Amino acid sequence: MNVFDITDLNLWYGKFQALQNINMSASEAEITALIGPSGCGKSTLLKTLNRMNDLVPGCRVTGSVCLSGMDIYGNLNVNDLRKRVGMVFQKPNPFPMSVYDNIAFGPRTHGVKSRYALDEAVENSLKAAAIWDEVKDRLRKSALGLSGGQQQRLCIARALAVKPEVLLLDEPTSALDPISTGKIEELLLELKNDYSIIIVTHNMQQATRISDQTAFFLLGEMIEYDSTEKIFSMPQDKRTEDYVTGRFG
Amino acid sequence: MRGHFDDELAKLNNSLIEMGALIEDAIARAARALENQDVETARGVLAGDDRIDDKEKEIESRCLRLLIGQHPVARDFRQISTALKMITDMERIGDQAADICEICLELSGRPYIPKLEPSPLMADATMRMVTRSIDAYVKKDADLAQDVIESDDDVDRLYLAVRAELIDLVHEDPANGEQAFDLMQIAKYFERIGDHACNIAEWVIFFLTGRHKDQQVF
Amino acid sequence: MKRISPSETFMAAITWAAALLTAGALLYIIGFILWRGVPYITPSLFAPVYNSINVSLLPALVSTVMMAVLSLSFALPLGIGAAVYLAEYARRGNRAVRLIRLAAETLAGIPSIVYGLFGMLFFVVWLGWDFSLLAGSCTLAIMILPLLLRSGEEALLSVPDSYREGSFALGAGKLRTVFRIVLPAAIPGVLAGVVLAVGRIAGETAALIYTAGTVAQIPPDVFASARTLSVHMYALSREGLHTNEGYATAVVLLLVVIGINVIAARIAGKIGGAHERV
Repeated sequence: MNVFDITDLNLWYGKFQALQNINMSASEAEITALIGPSGCGKSTLLKTLNRMNDLVPGCRVTGSVCLSGMDIYGNLNVNDLRKRVGMVFQKPNPFPMSVYDNIAFGPRTHGVKSRYALDEAVENSLKAAAIWDEVKDRLRKSALGLSGGQQQRLCIARALAVKPEVLLLDEPTSALDPISTGKIEELLLELKNDYSIIIVTHNMQQATRISDQTAFFLLGEMIEYDSTEKIFSMPQDKRTEDYVTGRFG
Repeated sequence: MRGHFDDELAKLNNSLIEMGALIEDAIARAARALENQDVETARGVLAGDDRIDDKEKEIESRCLRLLIGQHPVARDFRQISTALKMITDMERIGDQAADICEICLELSGRPYIPKLEPSPLMADATMRMVTRSIDAYVKKDADLAQDVIESDDDVDRLYLAVRAELIDLVHEDPANGEQAFDLMQIAKYFERIGDHACNIAEWVIFFLTGRHKDQQVF
Repeated sequence: MKRISPSETFMAAITWAAALLTAGALLYIIGFILWRGVPYITPSLFAPVYNSINVSLLPALVSTVMMAVLSLSFALPLGIGAAVYLAEYARRGNRAVRLIRLAAETLAGIPSIVYGLFGMLFFVVWLGWDFSLLAGSCTLAIMILPLLLRSGEEALLSVPDSYREGSFALGAGKLRTVFRIVLPAAIPGVLAGVVLAVGRIAGETAALIYTAGTVAQIPPDVFASARTLSVHMYALSREGLHTNEGYATAVVLLLVVIGINVIAARIAGKIGGAHERV
């Protein structure tokens, strides 16, 4: 089953065309990695999947992006879409409030009021993000006091708290040390059983370690999309080969 | 970009070509020693086997250093893993050439009973397989590698022919048995060399196409 | 060994002197006020009723607090509302935004006596509120509005966009994002503006004399005239009969201002420590 089906997707920022005729789909319960040099459109593509691009003035999209068969640029409410498609950013961005309130913000946004339900959502999300043991004694303290790696796992927990179907991650470990990075990669491998994950990464090894499928982008075009092993052992396109072997440009 | 890595890959390639030359030479000399009952040449091959072993060690450590240091992917990854697999077969070919020479020494001083027709043919055919399998790697020629694999059947046929002739010899006169047995072993060694050349060719195809023994590895 | 050039020594000396002079001026003023005022702070100054024999400052103290609370309750919602519009809703470079900014900057530059005259003509005469707490606080509200707007806008703009993104990405709408995430994060900055505003309210005389009058009693309601501590001081020193009590009043005013600053800093620290519930 595909969670995302992208058909003939074009995207412009004003006059600049950032994505050209993207056709791809992402499968359920898999990790899909988007790789490519800076400015190749991979992050832009990620943002079209939960319509974060709506926030960019002058951004125009044609073609269709379907989430489980439903066009997200059609009559789907954008806030409902973002509830179903969670996002984690490059820099950990916990809100300046307590750990508990960070996690509870999402469920509260979507109408959960009962204390019991909130407590449960907070505990479950933190456990799913493998950070419960580290923060269970300091739920009422500010989330800003956590380490960078903990903050990022908190952000993953926060995204999980609204029970999304898909998790989008935009270079989630680029600001972290190798140990924190390892923990997050391990976590993503655990999570992929329950969530479809799409990750933008600059780290080629990371893509090979965790992803099932890899898409290579260059100058707004998707050059090649195949199983990760294929992309990193036997890429079909010369440009992919040049990029993954570090001989690009 | 990646100039240093490319230099290292070129060095690896050169080492492989050198090792290839060493084993080709070893087989050629083993065949000559066999044909002419030339003890000196046979001893030379036996002494030269250490150089082949050293070369294998050198290439092995080159490959391992590149794997750990460069995290090769795609073509680089296939090239280095192919090199690692190839040298094992190449080293075995060297060993077998030496084994043939050892038997040559045993047989020396005793004239061959009959002229065994297919035997020089076998030496020839396997030598060609080895040369061409290494050529296929150097020239990145998948068709040539495929040829090598197919010619293995010829070698197998020659081996069976030798075997039949030797059995006939023993039937004619059981006193021929000792020598027939030695010659049989030599034929077996040539046949094994053909198999190793075949393995090399298969890895060359993996290097070039990502497919090994007609199976998609990834 | 590091050689220091003469010009460097000279510049260092000048900056030292400047710093010393500034600190010295402040310390001198505070010291002078304390020296002149503290001996005259007596219990009788805090009598509930002012009369010409006992110039009690208590009514003025109460009026000051009332004035500050009233002015802020008018100006704060307006100022923060406008700041939220400018920072969160208006498109950058929008013409209306530039107009609002220009208006705010102009308002900030007008001398307080002009506000006083306007307040008198509009609130006191036109609306018929007479000299009253209400007219005074409305005038002051207009006066501190640009201040609150500027500090509020800056505080909002300094909230990292990553907070907004994080909130939107969870499916929160604009309204919830602004009021639950951005505004709470901006409160320390807003409070800094409030502290400045309170300082202006406490220190204002010119605008109040024309709008709130100088009646030195605790105002029974918002339509009654009232004098703040500053106006009280002005009145005492102008009359020249109770100069010492004037200094005592100055000490109290000083304490009030310091007290407000401390409280605001405490609140800002608490919120900066991120403990409030969403």
